[in-house]
Amino acid sequence: MLKRFKGRIIAQGIGEGPAVVTRQSLSFLGGVDPRQGIIKDPQHELHGTSIAGTVFAFPEGKGSTVGSYVLYQLKRNNKAPAAIINTLSETIVAVGAIISDIPLIDRLEVDPFAAINPGSHVLVNCIDGFIEVET
Amino acid sequence: MQLTKDEEDILAGESGAAKQKAMEILVALGEIYEAEKLVPIESAQIAGVSYKTIGEAGLEYLTELNGTVAVPTMLNPMGMDRNKWGQMGIDETFVEKQLSIITRYELLGIDAQCTCTPYYVNAPRYGAHISWAESSAVAYANSVLGARTNREGGPSALAAALVGKTPDYGYHRDENRIPNISVRTDFHLSGSDFGALGYAVGKMVKSRVPQFSFLAPPNADELKALGAAMAATGSVALFSTEKQTMPREVLEIDRSDVDVYSSDEPEVVVLGCPHCSRSELAEIAHLLDGRKVVIPLWICTSRFVAGRSSSLISRIEASGACVICDTCMIVSPAFEKRTMMVNSGKALEYGPSMCNSATFMGTTAGCIAAACGA
Repeated sequence: MLKRFKGRIIAQGIGEGPAVVTRQSLSFLGGVDPRQGIIKDPQHELHGTSIAGTVFAFPEGKGSTVGSYVLYQLKRNNKAPAAIINTLSETIVAVGAIISDIPLIDRLEVDPFAAINPGSHVLVNCIDGFIEVET
Repeated sequence: MQLTKDEEDILAGESGAAKQKAMEILVALGEIYEAEKLVPIESAQIAGVSYKTIGEAGLEYLTELNGTVAVPTMLNPMGMDRNKWGQMGIDETFVEKQLSIITRYELLGIDAQCTCTPYYVNAPRYGAHISWAESSAVAYANSVLGARTNREGGPSALAAALVGKTPDYGYHRDENRIPNISVRTDFHLSGSDFGALGYAVGKMVKSRVPQFSFLAPPNADELKALGAAMAATGSVALFSTEKQTMPREVLEIDRSDVDVYSSDEPEVVVLGCPHCSRSELAEIAHLLDGRKVVIPLWICTSRFVAGRSSSLISRIEASGACVICDTCMIVSPAFEKRTMMVNSGKALEYGPSMCNSATFMGTTAGCIAAACGA
């Protein structure tokens, strides 16, 4: 079964992968290891989790705007998420996704944290503005 | 958001890949913050310059970016004085990385003056739209000069610089520039007291637009210190000191709220956050005349102001103090893990988190006295 939900395109492209889901916001600078693609913020509930190749759903970015460059570095190291889902995007993650060619969608018509089970396969289509969740 | 034909063309890549990406960023931000159009900017100022702050991530990004900025653009402080890095004890690997970053910015057509006080070099006109990233310069430009800028991040200011435009939202628009909280003080304040006040008020007002009433009008240096501290402990981008109808919600500030001064034993004393004006250098020179420092005293200013202040700098350095340009105590690795005394509410806020340094604040005279062992 596929469930499709519409959203707002922030950064264009199409990506798919297993979902990594958190209701906690995240600072990429200091919070994610740019070489390994692993969340290294010890305060974060996903500490130790890899976001490489995943569809990473989190509410919004926080912290330094240098976080945008950390996303770029992740992409160059092939450790970036395949796509990102935000509740409501802000500048840091939006800019980082655009300069790194990582599809980014926000304002889904459903609560992404209720609609997406961790580990389920998700397609993010930021050409037409929707996600599809395999159930 | 409505784009003009020219803007659509840039978005379609007709002006090259760098401007296309920059336009994608501006359009995305416009969508997120519900702007209806882009507005032309007069200048840009970019943060994310020190290798200490942007590291390999920023350097890698800049290394692959090609293009030319469309408007006059300056940089925030970097991690060292470009001439005195040896004296600052900066290691050569850092120097090499730092100079690569500066070279990359210069290749984009950016004026590599590295200062948090770009308004001393090139002040925006009243009412001009600008895209500045340094939070203290944002507060000063909006509040003292009457220019219009949001608190940009380094990458978004760079995108605006490349295109020469910014999305029309936030502090670019009249309706968001109206003070919405009154801050009343009924005691005398002078000099660094305004940094102390800003340190306290920023925490209270967060991202609101405070309107102050003072016993006496502050001077430009005092307004600079006030805005810088509020922008650090809160995210204030605009404040007012004009005598006009005060917002109904009132914050009463007592002298005890502003009492952040302490008198520990510093290992190093650093002034010039934000970068010193000529009048601040003159005050420091006056306080140092005929004295010798016994604790290292560093004074940060812009190369522009230093270039017009050779006599003041000679007087200051006769004491054994050192005036440095292009950098500051927060973004340089030279001031890490040392007990630091400052006269700035902004440096008081960032010293512990950015430098891992126990940081305490005194008045300017108190800092000079401490440095001279008095």
